[in-house]
Amino acid sequence: MKWIALSVMLIAWPVLTPAQEFSGNIAVEALSFSQPGQFPDQMDDNLTLSFEPRWTGGWNDGDDSWSAEFFLRADNKDEGREHADIRELLWLRVDGDNEWRVGINTMFWGVTDTQHLVDVINQIDQVEGIDGEDKLGQQMIHLKRYQDWGVLDFLVLPGFRERTFPAAEGRLRPQLVVDTSATTYESSDEENHVDYAFRFSQTYGDLDLGVSLFKGTNRDPQLVPGLDSNGQNVLIPHYVQMTQVALDVLLIVEDWIWKLEMIHRDTDPSAYQALTGGFEYTFYGVFDSDINLGSLVEYSYDSRDEAERGVFDRELFVGARLALNDEQSSELLAGFVVDTNYGSQTFRLEGSRRLGDSWKATIEMQLFLDIDNNDPLAALAEDDYLLLELAKYF
Amino acid sequence: MFILKFMIAAVVAIALLPSVLYAQSAEQRGLEIAQAAEAYDRGFTDFTANMVMTLKNRAGKTSTRNIRIKTLEVEDDGDKSLSIFDEPADVKGTAMLTYSHGLEPDDQWLYLPALKKVKRISSRNKSGPFMGSTFAFEDLSSQEIEKYSYKFLREEACGDWQCFVIERIPEYKYSGYTRQVAWLDKEAYRLVKVEYYDRKKALLKTLVVSDFNQYLGHYWRPGKMDMVNHLTGKSTLLEWTEYQFQTGLTDRDFRSQSLKRVK
Repeated sequence: MKWIALSVMLIAWPVLTPAQEFSGNIAVEALSFSQPGQFPDQMDDNLTLSFEPRWTGGWNDGDDSWSAEFFLRADNKDEGREHADIRELLWLRVDGDNEWRVGINTMFWGVTDTQHLVDVINQIDQVEGIDGEDKLGQQMIHLKRYQDWGVLDFLVLPGFRERTFPAAEGRLRPQLVVDTSATTYESSDEENHVDYAFRFSQTYGDLDLGVSLFKGTNRDPQLVPGLDSNGQNVLIPHYVQMTQVALDVLLIVEDWIWKLEMIHRDTDPSAYQALTGGFEYTFYGVFDSDINLGSLVEYSYDSRDEAERGVFDRELFVGARLALNDEQSSELLAGFVVDTNYGSQTFRLEGSRRLGDSWKATIEMQLFLDIDNNDPLAALAEDDYLLLELAKYF
Repeated sequence: MFILKFMIAAVVAIALLPSVLYAQSAEQRGLEIAQAAEAYDRGFTDFTANMVMTLKNRAGKTSTRNIRIKTLEVEDDGDKSLSIFDEPADVKGTAMLTYSHGLEPDDQWLYLPALKKVKRISSRNKSGPFMGSTFAFEDLSSQEIEKYSYKFLREEACGDWQCFVIERIPEYKYSGYTRQVAWLDKEAYRLVKVEYYDRKKALLKTLVVSDFNQYLGHYWRPGKMDMVNHLTGKSTLLEWTEYQFQTGLTDRDFRSQSLKRVK
């Protein structure tokens, strides 16, 4: 049903509205795991297709505009990953120092690379990546107001999106399959709970500062063991309420960029604090070439008891970013994450290069090198993978 | 006796003063030319233009980038400028905002459409190539007077025009150049040619600017800028079209948080 509705929309959209700009990409992705899965039914490799079209247009001399962006992933093996989403379906009205956005939107708050503590408006599209940077569109009424002393964002978020999870065939999942058909909520309004968010941000010379507040459904579910309709053991997502106060700071000092994200999150079962902070130091034009080489260090801390903590609780990330600054915009980011509590180590590499004028090749490698059995990552210990994507942009 | 010596010295000094005043140093004359060029271009308020960038490697293979530029003149500071990328397709929707500040580091933000993220970036990368081209970021940035020290070299013919030839030595940090030699025409201070000398003081690049048109009956802007890198054999041609002046742009159009919606 979802597919039919979306297909109709995709076809009808450009016909019904005088689309002024069309862009997007279509990509084929090859995914290969180095070892068989830990759990039954898990696949070893996969070939999938994604499509991300975008339309934009405006009227009223540009004071009013609309944008629509859809995402589709066709996946024959993992039905949890086969999904469609409306990333954006938005009306924007610019009125002097006020910007109104009504509809579905995807936004990004925050500054750090390894974890996105401050970025809580959109739900994570987890089947698209474990880095939390792929997100589901969120329904919102958003007022952005510019003042001389800062920018204010007021958001009303009616309705909630559930996180996506791999099916039994999928990799990078917990031992038990997550059954999203039985999701439970703390609030009696369930997925219709109306959330609120506010943000103040301002630039002070070399420093960018953001302070934000969020009150509503915690996007990060608790996974509770239970039984599905067939009596199988599954994990059932339970979404609780939370109030979060957050701070994000970015400071540029010559070749250094300092980054910090801090939160206080009041949620069930306990209130806690967490932070991610670090720096990026860049060597510009190394060896008299055009190449920039950056070194990144970030540390994450979470004040909760060991049993309650997430993956990024005592993690140290040490990495390098290489930008060739060539015609193909070739880039590489690689680094190790070490859990200073469990001693677990992971390695991640992301690279990309333009091919010709409108193609782009992407590589992603994730290695779980030495995972402690008590680490929340233990379920992923056998899921080392290599991902290659070839995308055509238009 | 002492008083007499002093008086003679004073008379000599006063007699020589006019010639000291008139024998202007090459540095002063260079600075005056740069000041006159800036004064000539002052008051344009804002402009928008389209830029097609054609990159050519040594083998003659080409690739293109389409970028739209919006620039706002800022009094007593560097300009604000916005670059919106239309091609190549994979960077479509990317936008770069720069508040230039002369000798102080510029403020710079980049909007990344794939992440829907506005990222504050370091403007430290002055000598790095812009979009893989032979233009460095510093070649395309706002040219405030205080960014260089100047020296008048000579006057000579430059095509159909007569030019001032001046030397510019970057005073800002992290430049990739030890010096530049610039040709400006004597009539309207149009920059027609620049030679860039690298850190080893060797000629690295030559920029040739042509196809000038006049706007608002005063301001001259080039149609073509061709930058050749003599070391790599690569060149980049910038072709400017659709210049529009005094379009009504304001500070509101140059906000980092508006980058996501720029068109």
